[in-house]
Amino acid sequence: MNSISHIIDWFINTEVLNMAMIALIYLTVFAVLGLFLVLLERKVAAWFQLRIGPNRVGYLGLFQTIADALKLVSKELTGTEKADKFLYNLAPYFVIVTSLMALAVFPFTKDLQAFDINIGIFFLIAISSIGVIGILLGGWSSNNKFALIGAMRSGVQTVSYELSVGLSLLTMVILTGSLQLSEIIEVQKGGWLIVQGHIPAIIAFMIYMISGTAETNRAPFDMVEAESELGAGYHTEYSGMKFAYFFLAEFINMFIIAAIATTVFFGGWLSPFGITESLPWMGLFWFLAKTFVLVFLMMWFRWTFPRLRIDQLLTLEWKYLLPINLVNLVLMAVIVWLNLTIQI
Amino acid sequence: METAIKEPTTSKSNFKSEEYFINMGPQHPATHGVLRLLLTIDGEIIKKVDPDLGYIHRSIEKMCEKNSYQQIVHLTDRLDYLSSHINNEAVCLCVENALELEVPERVKVIRTILGELTRIASHTLWWGVMGMDVGALTSYFYGFRDREMINDIFEETCGARLTMNYNIPGGLMQDIHPNFVKRVKEFIPHFRSKLPEYDRLLTGNIIFQKRTKGVGILTKEDAINFGASGPVARASGYSCDVRKHHPYSALDRVNFTEALDTTGDSFARYQVRIAEMWESLNIIEQLIDNIPEGDFKVATNAVIKLPKGDFYQKVETARGEFGVYIISTGTKNPYRVKFRSPGLSNLSLLNHITVGGKIGDLVATMATIDIVVPDIDR
Repeated sequence: MNSISHIIDWFINTEVLNMAMIALIYLTVFAVLGLFLVLLERKVAAWFQLRIGPNRVGYLGLFQTIADALKLVSKELTGTEKADKFLYNLAPYFVIVTSLMALAVFPFTKDLQAFDINIGIFFLIAISSIGVIGILLGGWSSNNKFALIGAMRSGVQTVSYELSVGLSLLTMVILTGSLQLSEIIEVQKGGWLIVQGHIPAIIAFMIYMISGTAETNRAPFDMVEAESELGAGYHTEYSGMKFAYFFLAEFINMFIIAAIATTVFFGGWLSPFGITESLPWMGLFWFLAKTFVLVFLMMWFRWTFPRLRIDQLLTLEWKYLLPINLVNLVLMAVIVWLNLTIQI
Repeated sequence: METAIKEPTTSKSNFKSEEYFINMGPQHPATHGVLRLLLTIDGEIIKKVDPDLGYIHRSIEKMCEKNSYQQIVHLTDRLDYLSSHINNEAVCLCVENALELEVPERVKVIRTILGELTRIASHTLWWGVMGMDVGALTSYFYGFRDREMINDIFEETCGARLTMNYNIPGGLMQDIHPNFVKRVKEFIPHFRSKLPEYDRLLTGNIIFQKRTKGVGILTKEDAINFGASGPVARASGYSCDVRKHHPYSALDRVNFTEALDTTGDSFARYQVRIAEMWESLNIIEQLIDNIPEGDFKVATNAVIKLPKGDFYQKVETARGEFGVYIISTGTKNPYRVKFRSPGLSNLSLLNHITVGGKIGDLVATMATIDIVVPDIDR
């Protein structure tokens, strides 16, 4: 009896309950956000492709993806007979859990941040690397050659482009002197980092967007799915909700990549020229506005560019992006050393 | 003392790489229908491509032997369905030649205009699918937008959008729709303004060029040896346009240049097709104002009986040289009909030009060969 009351005490006195509540809220909000990102993608695709896009379910088709999600929930889960069942079932959770975990550290406004750790950037990079394990597991365990090729491509691609993501963020960290995301935003009160760091920051941003798109396995780097080559790539054998996890994770990852760029390059929740400084809650609006501009940019890539080939993808990373990145890192260090940053 | 001569061990590691086999198709997005490719792959590199046919075989040639000559025309729609009008024309020309029937000038001009419209429609669809195969999905819808206008023209005049059945031995099924000339004239400037858009979206794209330049190279010699025809052969510098060398219908009175390239890679095949669309527009423009007055058909017997003998007629479809070979014994049915389809000989190149490339190259190259599976599998 004593031990049970001890546990109950621990629950009440510590923040476990609070944390669980916050986690639940985040989960709900971002699952819904993911669904609307899918809808946004379909609408954007339609605008690019002379189509109307979904417009039947709800006002302007707003509930289209909700209907799709309901369909996926109610679908039978089919899979291959000879799949490695344990890994096959585990894989989707790896992908979705890691992408949801990454969301915890973003400061949406000054106060709205679930988890303000002092190694925020490092945490984001680390978490985004785990997601690929899910893709590798899924492709490997499905016992399908197309899925295997997709998974292997994914491994190669993510390992390569992680370097560029990491290095371009590191370039900005030289400027901020901190890995903590709230700290990074504090620094940007004297001008967004893309302005403060001017030339190397812009180069870092471009490299970050390219490699970030590759990180999320989206076109023109969607070698992993490459529907004209591999059918559906690593998730060929997945159906129903398990497929939906992969699908949702892709969109949440896209949001994460855009959110990191917003935080690190464009001042996060800070309003341009401090126009809404007196209204702290407007930070959420600015954060989302900036993020969605970048999300739109990534959708624009997807619906315009053809896909690269796997060897061209690696050439781009190892022969161009990585050397440019390393030089850029030194350049940024020199600029910070000589105090050549632009402070407003 | 025994001297043991050891083979030098070439491979020091225990890691063994193995070629594996993969089944692309018959249900696969890249095979455009029911074509099955047996691929032997080493990692991503293609070692062998073995096309396996027969999934959409409908014994059309055999069916022709049981049908009258008017009925055969309708079967040819179902070969290369994107060039259905030109296929119909080939059979009609063959029968008319055998009967030594001279069709009115009006028929010749209309057939040519419709043939070129068909070519444009086919190439726009190809262009869209080409983009899709290299991963740019947007081009598909742009291609279909322009193809839709042509389909509307066909629908008005022939009553059908895909399988036209407009030609009959001796002329046309009915006269053109009164709106035909007007709508074709609307289409020409429309498409002239849209073609540069194609270039902006895909041709000029650096990724697209990297994907297609220097990939799937076909030499002129190989093109001739494999019996390639159409844009595939012309991209390798082999001048083989039937419209130029053996003009039929009204093609002898129009000026156009044969689109040729010498590189022979995927990008060359792409550019030849784009150039062909421009040329087809020129041909239509030259003819559309000069459609002669007259009958739209000459009367033939209700039961056509060809004289005894062999008859051959070739035309240039959107994919290459389409030949119709009829052996007649003088009855109302042909004794044997053989179609020479461009798709089959072009497909036979696939192994030759894709081996050594990546899986992505295979898909891109196959798109530039522009296969239509029902044309290959008759």
